[in-house]
Amino acid sequence: MSHALKRPDFAVIAGWMKPGESVLDLGCGAGELLLLLAGRGLRGWGIERDPGHVLAAIENGVNVIQSDLEAGLAGFEDDAFDHVVLSRTLQTMRHTQQILAEMLRVGREAVVSFPNFAYWKNRIAILNGRMPVSEDLPYQWYDTPNVRFFTMLDFESLCSDMGIAIRDRQVLDDKGALVTEEHNFLGSLAVYRIGRGG
Amino acid sequence: MTERGRLGPVEARRVAFDEPFVFAAGKVLPQWELAYETYGTLNAARSNAILICHALSGHHHVAGWYADNPRNVGWWDNMIGPGKPIDTNRFFVVGVNNLGGCHGSTGPASLNPATGEPWGADFPVVTVPDWIKAQARLADHLGIEQWAAVVGGSLGGMQALQWTIDEPERVRHALVIAAAPKLTAENIAFNDVARQAIITDPEFHGGHFYRYGTRPQRGLRLARMLGHITYLSDDQMAEKFGRKRRAGAGSYGFDVEFEVESYLHYQGDKFAGVFDANTYLLMTRALDYFDPAAPFGDDLAAALARARAGFLVVSFSTDWRFSPARSREIVNALVKNKQAVSYAEIASQHGHDSFLMDDRYYHAVVAAYMGNVQT
Repeated sequence: MSHALKRPDFAVIAGWMKPGESVLDLGCGAGELLLLLAGRGLRGWGIERDPGHVLAAIENGVNVIQSDLEAGLAGFEDDAFDHVVLSRTLQTMRHTQQILAEMLRVGREAVVSFPNFAYWKNRIAILNGRMPVSEDLPYQWYDTPNVRFFTMLDFESLCSDMGIAIRDRQVLDDKGALVTEEHNFLGSLAVYRIGRGG
Repeated sequence: MTERGRLGPVEARRVAFDEPFVFAAGKVLPQWELAYETYGTLNAARSNAILICHALSGHHHVAGWYADNPRNVGWWDNMIGPGKPIDTNRFFVVGVNNLGGCHGSTGPASLNPATGEPWGADFPVVTVPDWIKAQARLADHLGIEQWAAVVGGSLGGMQALQWTIDEPERVRHALVIAAAPKLTAENIAFNDVARQAIITDPEFHGGHFYRYGTRPQRGLRLARMLGHITYLSDDQMAEKFGRKRRAGAGSYGFDVEFEVESYLHYQGDKFAGVFDANTYLLMTRALDYFDPAAPFGDDLAAALARARAGFLVVSFSTDWRFSPARSREIVNALVKNKQAVSYAEIASQHGHDSFLMDDRYYHAVVAAYMGNVQT
């Protein structure tokens, strides 16, 4: 479970879930989060595109479905899962609104975590004329899988436009410590628990 | 994974059941036999047994080779053996020839005790559930209460799926590879053309060709040629044959000129020389009839709800006979039921035949899954 230690957002995510609930983890990698959740009595399935990750997930004994998220979640029933998780992946996806809508179709609620572009170190990098490279944005501009760069305020604004309810929010700095004030400035990684609005 | 090596030599065995076998169609075999092989060692708890189900033209000789014929290597030898993805150092692996087959189990060429002649066209039409019932009797015979896994590709994958529905307590894992939950109209159409090629061959004699000391080789050959086209991918055929000509081509005639023709004729001749035409009809019909969701209001999830197994479903990108979308139907039904399932879609250019190929990622996926199958 050493991976989980390097992923402080996992503890936040796990804290929002109860034993016996079901989870769909989008972009599940080698299944680290699903392993952590299985240890806490949840039943999980992961979706992963990368063959190496799929293989690692199968080795780890988690349920993994090889599929491309950009194709959406067609084939999964409405309300099929208690939770749908998209951790550190939203910024890599082109169809942003589609995947958010799909997550809240197949899941009762959803968790989205993403690097906050407005984190103060990122702002300084930009002020110095360079694209930010940090703990949560670890790529150079020319080899990044990220295609969307957005801030917490941007995300919250989109949720509002889409009628998505923000039920909870935890924000971490680049050491994984909880941020308690000035979130959009001090937060490097944002974790949101969202549901259908209204 | 344990040390990798070669399996063999292996021996074909046969078990006779002196009891009637009642087919789903209602017909009865008064007694019947199954040909099978085993590899590896059944452990004391009898908990490490794996059943391999064969596809249309397969049989019980799954892995290893025969002492008296070292060149006769099992059809899935790249998958099964010491240190291979299905590791015979850990598992006791059973291959079986299905009822209606032509490799040793009771089939159309066997004698009908009522007439003293080969069954021929009178052999009962056999279904996938019939095969599960027969394989279960083989498991009883071998003292295997529960398979650690049932594994198959294509029609074999369909049997693995059916096992989990018909005998849920007897299967801990099912590996359903290059399969589909039922055939499409297009699939059935291909089967029909293949059958018509056989049935309309004048040597078929209504299925009683044994009587006349002949075989409908021309029909069988056409059927196999057609099948082969559907097992390959367009890409692979383009790469393998393209428009390549044989030497001396350009004769403006209808002899073999393109390499692809030569290949198909060779495959057709090879098959027609050894395979039983009635078995071909039976196997393709079993494919057509396969539809485990039908008794459950066409709801596949409802059919699978009784399964207790964990599943590995595998498909291949260029398989258009049983496309990845068909495997996803199985996966989606299992996820709907909150059942344990993993799914790998292997990028491969070999079409439906990919499931028999030695692809590194494909074999790694199977090995990884089997590594978590408890014995």
